[in-house]
Formats: sequence, structure tokens, C-alpha cells
Amino acid sequence: MEGRCGEGSHTQSPSCAAVRSRKPCMDTGKHREKASSKKTEPRRATRPSSSDTRGLNGTSTEKRLRYSDCDYTPLCPLLSVAALSLCTRFYRITEPPHVCWDETHFGKMGSYYINRTFFFDVHPPLGKMLIGLAGYLTGYDGTFPFIKPGDKYEHHNYWGMRGFCAVLGSCLPPFAFLVVLELSHSTPAALITASLLIFDTGYITLSQYILLDPILMFFIMGAVLSMVKFNHQRLRPFSWSWWLWLLLTGVNLSGSLGVKFVGLFNILLVGINTAWDLWRLLGDLHLSLVDFMKHLIARMFGLIMLPLFLYTTIFAVHFVILNRSGPGDGFFSSAFQSRLIGNNLHNATMPEYLAYGSIITLKNLRIAGGYLHSHWHLYPEGVGAHQQQVTAYLHKDYNNLWLVKRPNSDVDPLSWRQCVSLIRHGDIIRLEHKETTRNLHSHLHEAPLTKKHLQVTGYGINGTGDPNDLWQVEVCGGKKGDPVKVLRSKVRLLHRSTGCVLYSSGKTLPKWGWEQVEVTCSPYLKETPNSQWNIEDHVNPKLPNISLHVLKPSFLEILLESHIVMIRGNSGLKPKDNEINSKPWHWPINYQGLRFSGVNETEYRVYLLGNPVIWWLNLFSLGLFVVMVSLCCVALQRGAKLGGTKKGKQVLMEGGGLLFLGWLLHYLPFYTMGRILYYHHYFPAMLFSSMLTGYVLAFIHLFYLFHPLSYGMNGPLAHDPTSSMAGLRWLDSWEF
Amino acid sequence: MQGVKLPVTVKCEINVLLIAVTVLGLLTRLYGIHIPASVVFDEVYYGQFVSLYMKRVFFIDESGPPLGHMILALGGYLGDFDGNFVWNRIGAEYTSNVPVWTLRLIPALCGSLCVPLGYLLVVELGYSHFTALGASLLLLMENSLIVQSRFMLLDSVLIFFLLLAVVSYLRFHKAPKSSLWKWLWLFLSGTSCAFAVGVKYMGLFTYLLLLGLAAVHTWHVIGDKTLCNVKHLNTIVVVRFLVLVVMPALLYLGFFYVHLILLYRSGPHDQMMSSAFQASLEGGLSRITQGQPLEVAFGSQVTLRSASSKPLPCWLHSHKANYPIRYENGRGSSHQQQVTCYPFKDVNNWWIIKDPSRQSLVVSSPPRPVRHGDIIQLLHGMTSRFLNTHDVAAPMSPHSQEVTGYIDFNVSMPAQNLWRVDITNRESDRDVWKTILSEVQLIHVNTSAVLKLSGASLPDWGFRQLEVVGDKIYKGYQQSGVWNVEEHRYGKSHEQKERELELKSPTHDDISRNLTFMAKFIELQWKMLTVRNEESEHKYSSLPLEWITMDTNIAYWLHPSNNAQIHLIGNSVTWTLANLALFIYVLLFLTYLLRRRRKIEDIPEACWEQLVLAGVVCSGGWVVNYLPFFLMEKTLFLYHYLPALTFQILQIPVVVEHLYTHVLRSPSQHKAFGGVILAALCSVYFCYRIFSPLTYGQPELTSEELAALRWRDSWDILFRKR
Repeated sequence: MEGRCGEGSHTQSPSCAAVRSRKPCMDTGKHREKASSKKTEPRRATRPSSSDTRGLNGTSTEKRLRYSDCDYTPLCPLLSVAALSLCTRFYRITEPPHVCWDETHFGKMGSYYINRTFFFDVHPPLGKMLIGLAGYLTGYDGTFPFIKPGDKYEHHNYWGMRGFCAVLGSCLPPFAFLVVLELSHSTPAALITASLLIFDTGYITLSQYILLDPILMFFIMGAVLSMVKFNHQRLRPFSWSWWLWLLLTGVNLSGSLGVKFVGLFNILLVGINTAWDLWRLLGDLHLSLVDFMKHLIARMFGLIMLPLFLYTTIFAVHFVILNRSGPGDGFFSSAFQSRLIGNNLHNATMPEYLAYGSIITLKNLRIAGGYLHSHWHLYPEGVGAHQQQVTAYLHKDYNNLWLVKRPNSDVDPLSWRQCVSLIRHGDIIRLEHKETTRNLHSHLHEAPLTKKHLQVTGYGINGTGDPNDLWQVEVCGGKKGDPVKVLRSKVRLLHRSTGCVLYSSGKTLPKWGWEQVEVTCSPYLKETPNSQWNIEDHVNPKLPNISLHVLKPSFLEILLESHIVMIRGNSGLKPKDNEINSKPWHWPINYQGLRFSGVNETEYRVYLLGNPVIWWLNLFSLGLFVVMVSLCCVALQRGAKLGGTKKGKQVLMEGGGLLFLGWLLHYLPFYTMGRILYYHHYFPAMLFSSMLTGYVLAFIHLFYLFHPLSYGMNGPLAHDPTSSMAGLRWLDSWEF
Repeated sequence: MQGVKLPVTVKCEINVLLIAVTVLGLLTRLYGIHIPASVVFDEVYYGQFVSLYMKRVFFIDESGPPLGHMILALGGYLGDFDGNFVWNRIGAEYTSNVPVWTLRLIPALCGSLCVPLGYLLVVELGYSHFTALGASLLLLMENSLIVQSRFMLLDSVLIFFLLLAVVSYLRFHKAPKSSLWKWLWLFLSGTSCAFAVGVKYMGLFTYLLLLGLAAVHTWHVIGDKTLCNVKHLNTIVVVRFLVLVVMPALLYLGFFYVHLILLYRSGPHDQMMSSAFQASLEGGLSRITQGQPLEVAFGSQVTLRSASSKPLPCWLHSHKANYPIRYENGRGSSHQQQVTCYPFKDVNNWWIIKDPSRQSLVVSSPPRPVRHGDIIQLLHGMTSRFLNTHDVAAPMSPHSQEVTGYIDFNVSMPAQNLWRVDITNRESDRDVWKTILSEVQLIHVNTSAVLKLSGASLPDWGFRQLEVVGDKIYKGYQQSGVWNVEEHRYGKSHEQKERELELKSPTHDDISRNLTFMAKFIELQWKMLTVRNEESEHKYSSLPLEWITMDTNIAYWLHPSNNAQIHLIGNSVTWTLANLALFIYVLLFLTYLLRRRRKIEDIPEACWEQLVLAGVVCSGGWVVNYLPFFLMEKTLFLYHYLPALTFQILQIPVVVEHLYTHVLRSPSQHKAFGGVILAALCSVYFCYRIFSPLTYGQPELTSEELAALRWRDSWDILFRKR
């Protein structure tokens, strides 16, 4: 029970003792309280100004300010908050016993980790890794296929994964409690906040299933809590607790970014807070520049280097665990795929040099570029010539196969009379699509999306075409006569008659192109990865297969590649036509929820919707906060004397301002996003909004209770039990 | 006559420099603007609107508010343009009735006046006249600004209003307290803000920047303790708010008012608007609807138009063709008559409203109006099928119900053809269904499904018409589920044959309906913001990142027979200098900021404030006019960068003067720096001269000379094959 007291109070041990004794919920405390207050009363009566810095669970604003020197946590409310939130989150957690909503993705991905199969997802891996880990530890064997929402779990152990998410979800109310307590030093404010979060149906629903959101919000709240705690260590820099909270902030930041890219908003919040802090330190002329640099470097280490290191570690673990070929291979480069056990490039054997008559696949060298692809569909009317589409496709498919032919002879190059001849730098070839027997063709028509380029089509029947089918092979960095190496050469294909180069623009074609990627012929001959291709699969029965060692990519290359693939994937999640899309302005007003499970009356239904009272209250207090702060600002700017509450106003503005900023940063960016949005994207912002509500309500409550002090009062004095102010005399030293 | 002193004298101060740069500006912008006498680049786009203004025909242009088009049309008005020209192809020769010179005059004048405004802006920022002269010279010799000013395009007009707004605001800010001029400058600033926003939405960015600046200045005024009179303070704040916020908003409304007054005839874009709006235009729908009965009654013959115009505006339709027994994917249908939504006027769009309890198909006398909540049947006029829906999956949207035309042939499927009328914009619960005005949901009585346009189109068997479904999980208000009666007449004929004849004849009778201006404005503005054409990449479109380094150009015009051509290419030297100046400014600003925080004052306070203000206007102007484009998903062109560029160019002389006076100390450094400035100006001039053939479209260059002008590989310069 040795509570530490701040520097400012070393000399006042009796009052400090009084604080300790005033922990609520300590039955014995009451007696001691009386005793100690009696004992110290004479001293207090003479020093009213210093004595009102101690008291019960945070009260007047004056008191709260100075009180901040003392670490003090009301344990009992905290424990009850934690217990309540655990109960609400764990109640009927195993129901419904079937896959709900996005469990089909994240549960499946958890299984992939257990099976060590490589997959691709638009979010960073930490959340799914933790889900996988939780499943693994609770005895889930990774065999449930998670095919679609509504599938029954039957004998599979799914409660472990749900329970894990629920545990993290139940940490939110206690964390919010602590944050608000730290900012306002008012237990009522903290309790209001915690109960808003405990009893919000939306948070309960979101915490009960295998989803990334509870994990994400856990780290977000963790980061905010550590940041706030760190702010309060301001007076003792470089102490062990200062370091602890700094490093914890960094750890939580990397965690939130490791779960979803929404963590970036959180990093922005911490970044702004830190920049503000550093700005303050820079203006403090008592601090030498050397000391300032120490502060700067410590923060750079704790908030940039450490999170970066942890974040890359997460990816390192991700790549080490997932070492088997799986559904996500095609998104990645040939070199990347050769790492995966079971992939056809893993310990590949194939003919080393390209020859006429080979059947090949061509992969674009742009990061996350696709395979050169064609299919039995024509470009629609009005989009260039009405010929067969040629696209780039990210998945492995038999339509990616092309046959390499000589420019003039239609003799089957694989017949035994022909001898094998290798293709060399500068040779002219034709590429015939294996499945449709059309030749790769280009001509002077605009490409469908990139209008500056020329259209590429499939043309001709059974391999006969016209001179526009001729392409010149160019090995990058090669000279005339160099053979073309499979997998290792970067190849460019120059169109003979127009002089353009085969190019993958990376733009997604509309519906008629099956949302595959556009392939064009670019008249700009600059060497970019978009115009370079490598030969990935290579079959030529007349050449011996040789075991090839593909250059293994370095870790940083893999990291960069997977990020670009993720970002592309994220921006590729466009809303479909005619689908009613959730708009950001729907969220704060609780306009529409999200169906988690079940549609008909016979099914078990779960619906994600926030508690309307809480949400509308939050909306109201956001407005109220803005009004209060602006009034307050104008008054201060006019130099109005706001009496002793001036500092209280600053507490309101700084603590509340931080929460308000957090809300803005987690909400506004969604307005600029082009990707498809869902209702649950609002929940991180909602955390900040709820904390602000607790803050604002407690502030108003206090003001209401104590307003007679400023506006004047009459009647009996407060020590008289009949007085209207009787309950408010929280300290014996108050003389009203 | 005591007060007047004789002789009466007028003191006149003329800034010769200012006059000189104005004249130079006029010369460079107005020189030979009637050449080429053919359509240049986006003139093909703006020209059609000018023509429509001349003919007073209503149109919607989603690219911007109407003021810009009106200003261009003013040119046409001054030149007595009759609007008769087919704007279909860049490069088409103008016919003799098109007053090319006057059409291009206003943008060119605005473009020329930007030069002296640049001068004034730098002076108002507190820099010397020498510096201001430099700024105006840089603007003067900027090829891209010249090209953009010389044709019937809007960017030079926009830049003119932006500069005017900033200059007049700065004048206001610096003017002595409560002089009349001060308020006039503020008024001018507010007006030009409104004009800038009215020309292009892009003007909003600079307007917001200016509002921010004004807010900070007002905040200082509020903090000014010497102003103890609270009433006075309140007036200051309120007047600023009125002039900078309320007045521009009103002016913006005013532009639309004039726009709607001018365009009173129906035209090509009518169908995008609601029936009520169309009825307010002369000709077109109003000719048909004029004199229709207002109240829809049992026995009325109506066409029902969907309130949603996505994907197309259309009318509820049926025809003698059934749903196929099996769809391509093997799913079955009811094989009843198709009900679709058809985007053209057709006799098959007519439906008759029938009271389920009576047999009669004519309007009784007096007519019994249909009210909110009434149950009706809808009979298709030509085929006598009832509008029906049932629990069969719709062809394209299987989660919704199929809607059919039903006739009782004693088949196994029962009729489910009762619909409840739900007027969504009703004023009372017994409101009468009104032609054009009422928005109605038709709710199916048996299944509570709502008649709705799904947005999908049917395949060949449905003649590619739009699918209509019954939506069971319909929630809230969706435009696709709302219909209104557009054409309407009281049915008189009892026999089917007569009725068919009646349906084919036009409607008449007489009532007038008017929309208020606000209703029209809101509808028009909303349509302009939401209706987006399918935007695809243009041959000369570019990405914002390519603009800073000018990696892209736009070919505006090519002579039909020789190599003379006009390109939007800027002055490379100026662009480089502007980037450099911005970089140096940021560096200087950060250095001073950090050092001031440590109480090291390198420059006096006043100088620092001047530097900050210049940065807010110039760099801030660049930032707000440039960065938002990264978030936009529309097709972007190099000319979108010009407003940002203008502000960035003004940053050059500001930085130069600061370096000259505060950073370089020794006279030798000053001399050297002067030399550098002179050299830079000379190279700007040479660059301007070198590219002027591409700017003015004359003289013609040979292919070799053109090739030499291709300074970057990514520029598209056109070569004509001989």
C-alpha cells in the first residue's frame, strides 16, 4: 500500500497518508480517514491553499491539476469494470455455433497459419497470427474449412479463437477507464466512459466473434493509455516508469499497425502528441540543446525505431511460418514463389534457355504484376478493335500459356525434323495463345484505359495472323546473340510494326474485362518494370530439364513486395455497382447496422448495431464539447477572468482536445477513401468519442454541482447536514 | 462657394511600372487571338454550352457551376453569336458566323490582368516594387498561362478572380481602421471569392485558405485588448462574416438564378431532371404535361417515371413478351408477361389506375381521387395485364421478387395484383396523389414488397430494357423505389380498341405548376454534383505527380495541313525556379521557426511576420490548389495545375528578396546574386522565346526544329508525315 507521491508533495507526508487512507471500498479506511482528518485539521485550517490538493476521487478542477503528481488508482471501480466487461463479453460466446460474417475470412486465415499455407490478405498479419495462435493453443487443429458464413462448426474447437478476441475486447472498458482517469482525475468521468463501452451492444457484438477489430482496438487503446501515462511522466524524464510507458506506447503502435492499416491513424495521433511535447521542450530554455536531443532521440527510438523493428519482426515471423504453397502464390513474383514448398518453382527443374516451340508463361515484373493472359472474350464494341482480349491475370491458370513460334514458318516447331534452336536477343517471334490459338497482336488503336498506349489483342485463327503479330525479343542488359534465360532474364517484347513495347499498366479493366489488369503496347520505350517480363513456366520436350536456382529475394524485398500487394488489394476493394454502400456519415448517427448472421426468421440472427442511446449521447457531447471549447477560447482570448477555473478550462481543452483529435483522426480519413466501407470501421473512432463523452459529462456535472460557489449561495453552511451543499464538502478544509 | 478652392486640382499618381506590365500582358495575351480560326482543345466542350446559352436551351454540366459558362457566353453575346455551330471535333474550322475574337477576348483579358495583379500581390505582401516587377515579369513570360488565356477556356478567368480576391483581402487587411476603402476592399474580396467559386469548384480551395487567413486575423482582433467596446467588436466580426461567408453564398445562388432565368427552353439534358423541373421548361415535357389533370383518380391513364435516373431515367413499361421459362443459369421463371423500365417514350408505358372493388376503367364524374394509403390495381393499357408480383426470384436480382403482367388464364398461380399507394412527400395522411408532384412508393399488399428499379438490365430476351423488381427488404428512402406520374389523362373509353386509340393520342387540359427557385437550385446543384459521366482516361490526361516536373504536355491544336501546332507547355526555367523557391522557403521557414523557439532571433519580428504571410499566401496557395488533386478520382490534366503554379511563381521573387536582404550580407555577395538574378531572368526570357512558336501556333516549324523542342521524352509533339 505504499503509494508513491509526486515530487511536489515530499514535504507533506501526513496529507499523503490521508490520500492513501482514502481509497474507497476499504472498510477500514473510513475510521482512519476520520482519525487522520481530525489530526491534520489544525494545520489545514492555516494552509487552505495547499490542503485542497488532496481529496476523494477527483473533484474540483483546481484539485485535479495538482493532484496529478500522485499516482492513484481506485482499484475497486477498476476491478468491477473489468469484471463486468468480461461477463458481458463472455456471455453466450459459443453461440451461434456457426460461422458468422467475416469469421469466414479470419478464421480461415487462422487455419492457414496452423497449416502453414501461404495466403494473401489485404491486412498485415499480426491479428490473424494471434488468432491462429489462440486456436492452436486451445486445441483447434486447422481442419475446419470456413467456406461461407452459416457453416456449422460441429466438433471443431472454435471457442478458443472467439474467447481470445473476447478477452482483448473486454480490455477496452478498463483501458478507457484508466485513460479518462489519467486525463481528468475524476472517477465519475472514468466510470461513465467505462459503462458506455461496457453496455454498448456494438462493442459486445464485435468482441464476440473471430474478427480483427477487438485485437485492433486493444492495441489502439493500449497505445493511447501508454501515451497518456507517458505524458504524465513529464516531470521525471528518463525515470524507469518514463521509459516503460514510452516503450509500451511503441509496442502498442506496432501492434495496431500490425493488425490493420487503420493503425496508421493511431500513429498519427501519437505523432502529433509527441511533436507537441517536443515543441514544448524546445521552447523550454532551461533545457539545454543536448538534453533536448536526448529527449528527441529517446522518442525516436521508442516511437519509430522500436515499432518499426517489431513490425518487421511480425512479417519475418509471418514469412517463416507460412512456407507452403497456397492460394496466394500468384500475387507474388516468381522469385518469391520459389520459397514456398509445393510451388512448381520450388526446386524447379525446367529447360534453362528459351527455344522455339516452348510453351511458357510470362509474368510482368511490376510488383504484383500478373501473367500475360487471354481468353475467349472480345473487347466490347467501341473499345478499340473488336478482337480478343489480352490481359494480365494474377492467378495461375491454363489461359496464361503461350507458344513461342518462328516469325514466318507455320511448321510445327516441335516436329522431330526440326532441330531445336534457341531464341536470342534481337530475334523476332510470334506468341500464340495455347488455348485459343490466337496470336499476340497489336495495332494502331487506343488501349482501353491508358489512351496514350496502343491496344493489344489476340488475332488470327489457328496461329495464322498478319505482320502485326511479330514481336522482337530483347533481353534487358543483353547484347545481340545472348540466349534468353528462363526465370532469370528480364525480357522486353517490342512490336515490330509500330515500335511499341508490351506493357502492363496495372489498371483494372471494367466488368467486361473480368476485372483483370490491362495490357497495352506502350510507345514510350523507357525501361520500367511495367514493360519487363520474365518467363516463369517453361515446357519444351526437346530440351533437357535442369534444376534451376532462382535468386532468393532478400527479406526487405519480400517486405516491400507484400506491402505493395496489400495496398493494391486494399484500393482494389471497390464497391460494386448498385450495391448499397455504407457511407461515413451513416456511422455516428447509427443509421444502419451490419448483418452478422442470418436473414430469415428461421435462422439464428446476429445484428451489429450500437446502443442508440449511447451513440446519440456521444454525438451530442461531441457538439457540446466543441461549443464549450469555443466559448472558452473566445473568453480567454478576450482576457476574461475565468476565476480559479481557468486552469480547469485548460484541463478540459488539453485532455478533451486529445480525445477529440483522436476521434477526428480515426474518422475523417474515411471520407477520402475510395474503397468499400463498412459500419464497423467507425468503432475505433467511437472509442475516443465515448471517452470524450465521459469527460464532458463529468465536467458539466461538476460545474452544475459547484456552480453556487461562483454564482453565490445562501442558507446554512455546508457543515450543516441540512444545507444543500452538505454533500459537496468533500474536504473539511473547504469553508463554504 | 466658400468651401471650394480654385483652381480645382486633381492629383494623380501613376505607377508607370504597373501600366507597363499591364500593357505587356495585354500584348502577349491578345496578340492574334483569332488565329487559329478553328476549334482548339476544350473549346469544343465549352463552345457547346455557349451555343446553348445563345439559344437559351437548358443543359447540365457537371464539371462546374454556371458562372464560367456564362462569362464565356457573354463573349458570344457581345459578338452577336447566334449559337449555330456544330461543336464536335477539335480542329474544325469556324464558320463565319462564329465571332472567334470576341469569344476568346474575355479569357484573354482576364489572363492579361493576372500580370499586374501578380505585381500588386507582391507589393501588398510588403515587398519592394523591384521584386513585384520580377514577379509580374515571370507571370508575363509563362508560356502555359499564355496558352491557357488565349482560348475560350476558364482557367485564366479562375486565376484572375483568385488573385483579385487575395489582393483585395490584403489591401483590406492593411488599410487603416474603419475607412470606407477598407470595407470596399473587403467587399471586393468577398465578391471575387464568389466569382472564383462560381467559375470552377476548384476556386473553393483558395477561398477556404482566404477564410482561414481571415479567421486568424479576426482572432487577433478579438484578442486585441484595446478594443474594449464589445459592441464595436461584434460589428467587426459580424461584418467580416457577412461579407466573406454569407455574401459569397448569396452570390453563388444568384449565379444559378441568372442561369435558370437565361435558360428557359427544354433541351438535351431534360431527362436527367425530375418531371416537375422539366415541366418548368418551355417546350419538351411541359408541352405534353401542360394542362394535365392534377389529381390522379381511379380510371386515370398514367405513365410512371422512376425517380432514380441510375442507370437511366425510364418509365414503367410492359410489352407482349413473356419471361423465358428457364434462364441461362437454369433457374425457372413464372413465364408471365415481362414488366420492365424503358428509357424512351412509348405507348406501352401507359397504365390505367383501377379500383379493385369496381370493374370500371373510366374516370367517374366527379373523379374519385387516389389518396395516400389507397389500394389500387395497375392495368397495362395496351395488353390489359395487371401489374403483379409474387414469390418468384427476379431474373437478374434473385434476392428480389419478379414483377409481371398478370392475366387470369386459370393457371396455378393466383393473382397478386393489389398495390398500396404510399406518397413519400405527403403533407397529410390523406394527401391526394398529384401528377408530377407526388413521389409514390407502390407497396405490394400480399408480400409488402416495394416496386423498384433494380439497376440491372435484362439480356436479349428482355430487349436490354431495365429490370423492375419487388424488393422485400426495402429500407428507408431509396430513389429507385419511388415513382411519379408524368403524363396523365382521365380515361374516357370503355372498350379496349377505343382505349388503345386514346392512349396513342396526346394529352391536354390546363393547369400550371411552378417550382420555386430554391427547389430548382437544390435539384440542379445536386444533379451536378452527383451525376458523373463515365470518366475514362484521355490521351493527354496526366497524374498530379507529373505536373511538378512538367513531364506531360497537352497538344491543343495542329494545323490541318502543316506542322504549325499549339501545345500547353510551360516555361521550364520558371517551373524549375518555382520548385526551387518553394524548397528554399520551406528550409528558411523551418530554420527560423526552430531558432525562434530557442529565442534566437535572426530577423526582426516584423520581417518574420511578413515572411510568414507571404508563405501562407504563396506556398499555401500552391498547397491548397495542388494537393487535393491526389485525392480526386476524376480525369486530370496539366491545366489543373495552373492556379497552383501561379501562386508558386509568386514565391520566387519573395524568396529572392529575402535572400538578398537578410541572408547575403557582404556587397560582393549582393553583386554576385544580382548577376544570378539577371541571368535567371534572361534564361526565362529565352525559354519563352524558344517555345513561343508552340504557344502562339506560328510560325510553322520544321520537323527538326520540333524535335529539338522535345526537351522531355514524355512530351507528345506531333509530326505530320509529308
